[in-house]
Amino acid sequence: MGATSHKRWGKARVLDVCEVARHVRQVVLEPEQLEAPAPPGSHIDIGVYVNGRADVRSYSVVGMGAYGSELILGVQLARQSRGGSAYMHALRRGQEVSITQPLQNFPLTYGRPGYVLAAGGIGITALVAMGKALKARKADYRFVYGARSRDLMAFVDELAVEHGDRMELRIDDEGSSLDVAELVEAVPAGGELYVCGPTPMLDAVKAGWAKAGRRPAELRFETFGSSGRFAPEAFRVRIPRLGLETTVPHDVSMLEALQACGADMMYDCRRGECGLCQVKVVEVQGVIDHRDVFLSDAQHEAGDRLQSCVSRVVSPRTGGLPGADGQQAAVSIDVP
Amino acid sequence: MTRPEQSTAHASFRHFPLNAWYAAAWDHEVGRNLVSKTVANRPIVFYRTTAGRAVALADACWHRLAPLSMGKLRGDDEIMCGYHGICYDADGRATFMPAQDTINPSATVHSYPVVERHRYVWVWPGDPALADPGLVPDLYWNDHPDWAGDGRTIHVNCGYQLIVDNLMDLTHEQFVHGSSIGHDSLSESDFEVTHSDRTVTVTKWMIGIDPPPFWKRNLQDRFPDYEGPVDRWQIIRYTAPATIAIDVGVAKAGTGAPDGDRRQGVTGTVINTMTPETDRTCFYLWAFARDWCLDKQVITTRLREGVSGVFFEDEVMLEAQQRGIEANPGYDFYNLNIDAGSMWTRRIVQRMISAETGADASAPTHAAADAAVAMGAVTNAANEPRSDNGGGQGAEVAGGVARHRAEPAAGLMGRGL
Repeated sequence: MGATSHKRWGKARVLDVCEVARHVRQVVLEPEQLEAPAPPGSHIDIGVYVNGRADVRSYSVVGMGAYGSELILGVQLARQSRGGSAYMHALRRGQEVSITQPLQNFPLTYGRPGYVLAAGGIGITALVAMGKALKARKADYRFVYGARSRDLMAFVDELAVEHGDRMELRIDDEGSSLDVAELVEAVPAGGELYVCGPTPMLDAVKAGWAKAGRRPAELRFETFGSSGRFAPEAFRVRIPRLGLETTVPHDVSMLEALQACGADMMYDCRRGECGLCQVKVVEVQGVIDHRDVFLSDAQHEAGDRLQSCVSRVVSPRTGGLPGADGQQAAVSIDVP
Repeated sequence: MTRPEQSTAHASFRHFPLNAWYAAAWDHEVGRNLVSKTVANRPIVFYRTTAGRAVALADACWHRLAPLSMGKLRGDDEIMCGYHGICYDADGRATFMPAQDTINPSATVHSYPVVERHRYVWVWPGDPALADPGLVPDLYWNDHPDWAGDGRTIHVNCGYQLIVDNLMDLTHEQFVHGSSIGHDSLSESDFEVTHSDRTVTVTKWMIGIDPPPFWKRNLQDRFPDYEGPVDRWQIIRYTAPATIAIDVGVAKAGTGAPDGDRRQGVTGTVINTMTPETDRTCFYLWAFARDWCLDKQVITTRLREGVSGVFFEDEVMLEAQQRGIEANPGYDFYNLNIDAGSMWTRRIVQRMISAETGADASAPTHAAADAAVAMGAVTNAANEPRSDNGGGQGAEVAGGVARHRAEPAAGLMGRGL
């Protein structure tokens, strides 16, 4: 069941907010109406306020609370986020928020001969419920959880207890890093690899999966387009044909900045999947940080188009180009 | 809390503006007989005065709402209700009342603005004050001496927007019309989308390909010996709310067609205009006009029959899609980049509807629209035996549509026609 559901918005009350790792808070919500428990891999959309503006963010459902009527989320405060995580961290017990029913774009398939779940950092939130479900069905699985240091790893102690030998931690600080080739190799023929983590990790896994000649359909991942190769920074964007020019602040998407300055933009998914918000790149000073999963590696390399809902531009210096000190990134584009 | 502006992308989006011209019929369908049609959920009776003016009146007598289409024509330009004999002129004003010597001053039925242009009878269901004939979409190919062609009407059991979607993304040809116009290059080629306030254009070029059977045949009408590759184009031009003219054709590869020189090619225009009947049914009026061998009626017929078969394949898919949407009420579309053209049309339509919000406060319910359609079927059937009283082309054409549905021309292309 992966078809796109109509989003139904409703109210939910914040039952609890507490720190579960460095920069990570667990948020427990009680929806006024919950028709069915959130399936593994599902997320909710939640209305947030960013820079005084109403906006929407997506967060994976970590699991259901003890009464079966609460949704548990895990939110990492991204230092240079677009502002959604700061709003989430500022939530207080008793507060009312608007959320959708659990939405499913990342369903877990049962009955496979083997599974590997691979989480990088806060990506763990999408895989906790999958691990629980696989364990309950006595599936053959490995659960790999990687991060830079242990204090950043939400839910790590509970997961270690729950999954015992099947849980493997890969912690850079402690000298064990995620090894993509090993990860891919651990998936038996006909098995599936479920990945959730930052863009560089996902890119590496996708490349390793392809290199090993594995079936693309058996690598499962989800993206909210919220991370890239570089930290987001402000840049200039111009549409010469329409005589428009604006700055894209570090915490605003190019799509939103263009809409705000009067461009009539087409879009739909807003997480870098569908390809509708694509713009043509006419000229770029700096480096494009592609954050979508719509374009191929070769198309990313060519750099003549980008998905404006998630992708960004960073300065030549940030992007590692020589001889362009202190210059802000800028991109000229054309739109449909 | 505001929501993202996405409603127009929804599977359930099947609304239409009322302040717009819709092609209710081909010119020859409206004659000295009464034709009942539901347009935009409104029951309307069409006829023609002896002076040749096409008339569209609300198909409900002012007195007790009996359908006027059950009545008959009277004099040069009047219609008489078949129940109590009240007569109305072409402007919908009563001219005769039973059992009184005077005319009740409030006795009127709505007379919808009508314009005849490019072989279609266009009707304006919305505010008559805004009915500017200049807004009728320009479909000049239908009656221009540099073009030859013909077309048909298909009644489709789907919302008109699904047909707009279908025509704005011709990638589907590869999969739905594999034996005639489909080609692998369709889904492989890049396309470009542009838009303005009322128009959307989607352009796709396929350079140096083997022509699909339909186009190979057409090119050979003009260049009988040519067997080589072609440059193929599809330039889809949408005019809000529901008209699409598609500039299609092929030219010998490398003869300059992409730069505007089509002398070594053949060009067709697929003329499509959709008229919402109800929220989930519509009339699809189409024609295919060509710029080659204008004097060959056999080609006109071949193309009309061939395209008819191609469109029957669409009809089957679109009606199934409408059923699919209704069978999955909790689910929505996932829109892809190939839907960009249709997404723009939906946004433009939504803006038109928003601009007229309030004007449609008394929009009929689904049940009312369905009842209007059912009534039209009954009254048209009742009218059929009377086709001897001057014309009856409407019935003849309706029969043609029915025959098309019973025995579609699908397969003609496969037989190399």
